Amino acid sequence: MEHTTTGVVAHEHHEHIVGGGRKEIYRVTIILSVLTIIELALGFSMYYITATLTLHIIKGIILILMLAKAFYIVGYFMHLRHELRNMIMTVVVPLLLFVWFIIAFLADGDSFNNLKNRYDFYYKEHMSQPMKKQEPKEEPTKNKGLD
Amino acid sequence: MATTTPATTATKYWSGGKSPFNVEYGKLMMWYFLMSDAFTFGAFLISYGTTRFATNGWPNPNHVFNSFPGIEGNLPLLFVSLMTFILILSSVTMVLAVHEGHNMNKKGVAKYLVLTIIGGLAFLSCQALEWTHLYHEGAWWGRNPFPNADGTTSTTNFSNFFFTITGFHGFHVFSGVIINIIMLIMTLKNKFEQRGHYLMIEKAGLYWHFVDLVWVFVFTCFYLV
Repeated sequence: MEHTTTGVVAHEHHEHIVGGGRKEIYRVTIILSVLTIIELALGFSMYYITATLTLHIIKGIILILMLAKAFYIVGYFMHLRHELRNMIMTVVVPLLLFVWFIIAFLADGDSFNNLKNRYDFYYKEHMSQPMKKQEPKEEPTKNKGLD
Repeated sequence: MATTTPATTATKYWSGGKSPFNVEYGKLMMWYFLMSDAFTFGAFLISYGTTRFATNGWPNPNHVFNSFPGIEGNLPLLFVSLMTFILILSSVTMVLAVHEGHNMNKKGVAKYLVLTIIGGLAFLSCQALEWTHLYHEGAWWGRNPFPNADGTTSTTNFSNFFFTITGFHGFHVFSGVIINIIMLIMTLKNKFEQRGHYLMIEKAGLYWHFVDLVWVFVFTCFYLV
């Protein structure tokens, strides 16, 4: 990696080139493949697990692996890792809004659930009916959107 | 920006005549476009999360997505694994195309662009097969034949969100393939040799990696958790 924020040498007539070489590309490919395989194995293992806590833990691990993959794709394939630090910040800092976004909306969803179960008797009863076998072309449920 | 800091880094980039981030204008703007697109996809996925949290039951993806075209039997997650690897590999070939562009190697760029386009088309075909299969099982916008994991009646939100978000993503893959085809034509017509740089390929590469990145999130949210 030839680039740091303070060590840029003479420029050519176009902007400088960022990024590593072929070895790095192959290395990151292997890492991404391994992460994907682990994710898929965990997802498949959930087929056989019924304990809720274990399921949640596995889902949490899958989410962390997903973020690791995102980090590698953005950092190395998109070369963001090798750009100037200030530029990285103009991209990453607004995306931190996602943290608030996700927490707030999932909490909201949970709140919707609690409110619906407490105050909408039809909802609670309707959602606990066993599913009847459907004909392919019939409308299985009458729900339209959030209910 | 404050100019009371020592003159070395600040004036080197911020005193005019060159890009302060030492990057081409088009590339920076592509990054900011991708950020806006990231927020759009993020909005879709988070609304999916909210709906799921707000709903008592939900179908188990291992029971819904368990078919593989051409192979009989119960094969959970196999087809989507194939799709994920196709897209990751096409991302790798795109990185290699950009890398060849840095070395001004026209043949290399063309070769890897062709491989990327093939990967993109393969992914789109797989997605089309997946949609067709689900449609024949009775799923569509407004129709959801799959019961919840515990056997209770499920909501049509499941199929609505699935088709909308994977459709939106598939549309991005499609436009990415079109862009890559245009890049290939420009490469073969020596446009970049004339310009003296392959920076356009880099920008197309950023878009393609973004498409792959979104798939990582979509696939995790719908098929794994």
